[in-house]
Amino acid sequence: MSGKSLFAKDARTAARNRAEGRFRAYGFSAIVLALLALVWLLISILGAGAPAFRQTFLTFPVTLDAKLLDKSGSGDPAALSKVTTTTYGKLIAKALEAEIAARGIEAGEVKAKEFAKMLSEESSATLRTMVLADPTLIGQTITFRALASGRIDGYYKGRVTMESAALDKNVSPAQLVLADRLKDEGVLTIAFNPGFLTMPDASDKRPEAAGLGIAIVGSFLMMAVVLVLSLPIGVAASVYLEEFAPKNRWTDLIEVNIANLAAVPSIVYGILGLAIFINFAGLPQSAPIVGGLVLTLMTLPRIIIPTRAALKAVPPSIRDAALGVGASKLQTVFHHVLPLAMPGILTGMIIGLAQALGETAPLLLIGMVAFVRDFPGGFFDPAAALPVQVYNWTTRGDPGFVERASGAIIVLLAFLILMNAVAIYLRRKFERRW
Amino acid sequence: MTILKYSASVIALAAAATAADARDQLQIAGSSTVLPYATIVAEAFGENFDFPTPVVEGGGSGAGRKKLCEGVGDNTIDIANSSSRIKQSDIDLCAQNGVTEIMEVRIGYDGIVFASDINGADFALTPADLYGAIAAEVVKDGQLVANTARTWADVNPSLPAQDILTFIPGTKHGTREVFDVKVLEAGCKATGAEEALVAAKGEEDGKKACLALRTDGTTVDIDGDYTETLSRLDANKNAVGVFGLSFYENNTDKLKVATMDGVVPSVETISSGDYPVSRPLFFYVKKQHIGVIPGLKEYVQFFLSDEMAGPDGALADYGLVPDPELAATQAMVDAETIMKPLN
Repeated sequence: MSGKSLFAKDARTAARNRAEGRFRAYGFSAIVLALLALVWLLISILGAGAPAFRQTFLTFPVTLDAKLLDKSGSGDPAALSKVTTTTYGKLIAKALEAEIAARGIEAGEVKAKEFAKMLSEESSATLRTMVLADPTLIGQTITFRALASGRIDGYYKGRVTMESAALDKNVSPAQLVLADRLKDEGVLTIAFNPGFLTMPDASDKRPEAAGLGIAIVGSFLMMAVVLVLSLPIGVAASVYLEEFAPKNRWTDLIEVNIANLAAVPSIVYGILGLAIFINFAGLPQSAPIVGGLVLTLMTLPRIIIPTRAALKAVPPSIRDAALGVGASKLQTVFHHVLPLAMPGILTGMIIGLAQALGETAPLLLIGMVAFVRDFPGGFFDPAAALPVQVYNWTTRGDPGFVERASGAIIVLLAFLILMNAVAIYLRRKFERRW
Repeated sequence: MTILKYSASVIALAAAATAADARDQLQIAGSSTVLPYATIVAEAFGENFDFPTPVVEGGGSGAGRKKLCEGVGDNTIDIANSSSRIKQSDIDLCAQNGVTEIMEVRIGYDGIVFASDINGADFALTPADLYGAIAAEVVKDGQLVANTARTWADVNPSLPAQDILTFIPGTKHGTREVFDVKVLEAGCKATGAEEALVAAKGEEDGKKACLALRTDGTTVDIDGDYTETLSRLDANKNAVGVFGLSFYENNTDKLKVATMDGVVPSVETISSGDYPVSRPLFFYVKKQHIGVIPGLKEYVQFFLSDEMAGPDGALADYGLVPDPELAATQAMVDAETIMKPLN
């Protein structure tokens, strides 16, 4: 006996304990670092993007003068559509001028001609669309809510200041002072902007009117294509490989290649899609059908792998029991194995879809990055996609688009979180363990 | 996986068969410099005409022209935007694919400006200063030597004594071509470096050597958009960046523009020709699509109308320098005149 207590640590034990302590500290700091990065990312995106959901509006009465809008007085839609947005713009400018005069608001250095510069150019198009949809409005005085211009809006979001306005050729400090007075009078309000989610993209001159409507519809159409194609193809391929295919060199080769394909950079699928679907098959550019097909190619291996894992996880005893009571191989698979593997398959499917939803690179090659203003009527009409819209907006010259891009990231993240939450819910609810 | 690809292409073919009906919206692609102008026009066109809004894509001038020349038919584009003139190789490719009738439309001019951080020093540049700052070889005391200037003041004592750092467009940009010709070549001539280089290396190599830039990090090629240049300037407050006039005009609160040969760049000075660094902007129309794709001619006419491309039009408002010969171009479009062979 050395006479040392077992409770007194010898040098080696102490060293081993220290090593463990160090390892725990490394692990913990890695987690903290990751969390900090996540928090920083979320704060910067939410901070930059949240303003996109609020917008500055000016509300004032507009008299829809029949003399200007319907010269013939016939109310004929063809004649009405001859009146361009320029005329409507003048109408709105006059109405705002009248409103400022009627309320006795001191305009300061802002000339009457410059009032309309505080409004978005989109407002004349909005009014025109309203009138064309309902020609009975002509001759009436309606309360019109117009978007404020990007710079005025930026003033209330901290993007534009009096100092920067003095240097900016698109807005003057006097206009900002006037905007504050209009706000005091209740003409100018800041409100939730549903248009960010419903309106189409807008040109560089009107960042305040740019919305995600077409991008959301386009992404939704593409996901529909991916779902409809990759679920049956992916499940059929997995079931065949897992349950029916003989195990030989060919199936091994296929297996390895599926794993390889899952790791292929997505841009490669874009090049493939451009060559096959657009140049060879002659499908239209910028169309959700092509985007969906390309994303299907990309998603398939990523669905087949978890699906096979889910099938493998069903214990052989289930198959043996089914076969033992006289079920055919087909019945065994479809009545017993597949239903038990379904939660795993669905989870893999949803996660695959979520990946496809966030994919940008292949879409850039097939023209999904285009400027599209008309809502797609189907799978063959041009559309945009959410992640590509983010990219698109970050390249625009007007600073107003920075906030739009971050807002689009928030929407994209919300969709991804929702899809992953559904996947987790399905797994928790239906998963069986043996 | 090949089976998978085949089945996918079979599906695609089947889908294509059902999608045989004609395209009803215009498709436009090309220069990212022309892109904002094209989207502004497309937006207004969609609002005021009974045609759908054209689909406008970026991708670069060269890529746009190549797409235009892919052939005639529904699944090829109608218009290629371009910030440089079409090349003979494009025309040959077009002819090979049956695109024999192209209309060349000049929409106006674009100014290229040099700008630095709004709080930085003032710059009054000349092509010679820029050449002296960033060219690989300069003339010093009559001798051709490697460029070692560290600060702008080393190049020209009247410039601020701050380190030279410039962000210039990468070689894939049409802007770079203009930069090469109007700044580097001009500067090369003005400093006498061209003469020395030609004497040292022969006519052709000498002129080419004018365009060689320093590789010690004083110039950085920006392959992205002007937004990237802007954020790089934000990080390096001492740097000077190259921008398009319209981009600068939309960011006047962040950028301070440098004069060139003493002239401040603006729509007025560029259209008068006083500001030296500018270039024409074009788009190329596939005439064979006029009458086939609805709205093509109307779009081109609308683009060139006075309310868009004119001196007081929406595009000039955004930074396009109007073409003094706009009326001639309008008449050319009305008559659907195709372009003459390049000389």
